[in-house]
Amino acid sequence: MREANAEYSELERRLLNDFQRDLPLSPTPYADMAARLGVDEQTVLETLAGLQARGAISRVGPVFRPNSIGVSTLAAMAVPAPQLEQVAAYLNDLPQVNHNYEREHEFNLWFVVTAADRDELDAVLDQIEAWSGCPVLDLPMLEDYFIDLGFDLNFDQRGRRQ
Amino acid sequence: MKMHPLRLDGKDRALVALIQQGLPLVPRPFAELGRRIGMTEEEVMQRMGKLRLAGAIKRFGVVVRHRELGYRANAMVVWDVPETDVAGLGNCLARYPFITLCYRRPRRLPHWPYNLFTMIHGQSRGAVCGKLAQVIGECGLHDIPHEILFSRRRFKQCGARYCEPVSERAGVPA
Repeated sequence: MREANAEYSELERRLLNDFQRDLPLSPTPYADMAARLGVDEQTVLETLAGLQARGAISRVGPVFRPNSIGVSTLAAMAVPAPQLEQVAAYLNDLPQVNHNYEREHEFNLWFVVTAADRDELDAVLDQIEAWSGCPVLDLPMLEDYFIDLGFDLNFDQRGRRQ
Repeated sequence: MKMHPLRLDGKDRALVALIQQGLPLVPRPFAELGRRIGMTEEEVMQRMGKLRLAGAIKRFGVVVRHRELGYRANAMVVWDVPETDVAGLGNCLARYPFITLCYRRPRRLPHWPYNLFTMIHGQSRGAVCGKLAQVIGECGLHDIPHEILFSRRRFKQCGARYCEPVSERAGVPA
């Protein structure tokens, strides 16, 4: 729980909580954020860089809608425990794999595969099955029930999460 | 919302490959991205605007890392819902701010009977279970079979990479 107890300044909290969506497509997004926050642009840039270095943010930018500019699927495998780390490491090295998690279930390895089209996606899934010897559940998204409210981090007045 | 992949030209793909790693932290980030792939700032913004208008961009802003921010319990809760009820329940569940994803996916019988997937983030297992109990009560899910799959270890988390990074891709217009 290293970072969990870290406190964030008011500026950091607002950057984390208030700008998760609807950033305008402007040539100067950081100056726009600075104007909303009442600080200068350089302060915004430095604070974001600091949050990134601490691992609190992964990036500033677009999150693409699944299956809009390529295809993706959620995949799951039931991997025998002794082989789990090896299989996970293999998946991590594939550029088409992201979000690779161990979960508490018989299907214990869950990962997202993205590709330019369905043929490439199938080829990657086949490759994973062949390499690991484990059948892969292919669970593509069929429908997205989506109401974007952002993710409220529930900071209290002192910058701790409640 | 159902999506069909958009038709992207080579320059769109090069831009997507670059921008999904994030905007550079400089005063004119789109100009900097353009400099790296041989486009003007105007062209970068025009192509991004087109992608946004086409619905390809789900969210544009600061992408936070829940686990590092203390939301260490992350559970995928999966439900076996009659097909006729999926949309109704999906829309009910999607309204909760702590449910970050709510998708319908296919069943894979006999191994996998679940067709509605939700992701619940919380600061502890107890918090996640409390939220789950809340939605079961409020959305009337008592009779819907479900399982909770807590994450144990994260091996990899990065933005989806739909296009190869420019440096590894041959034939991208410079």
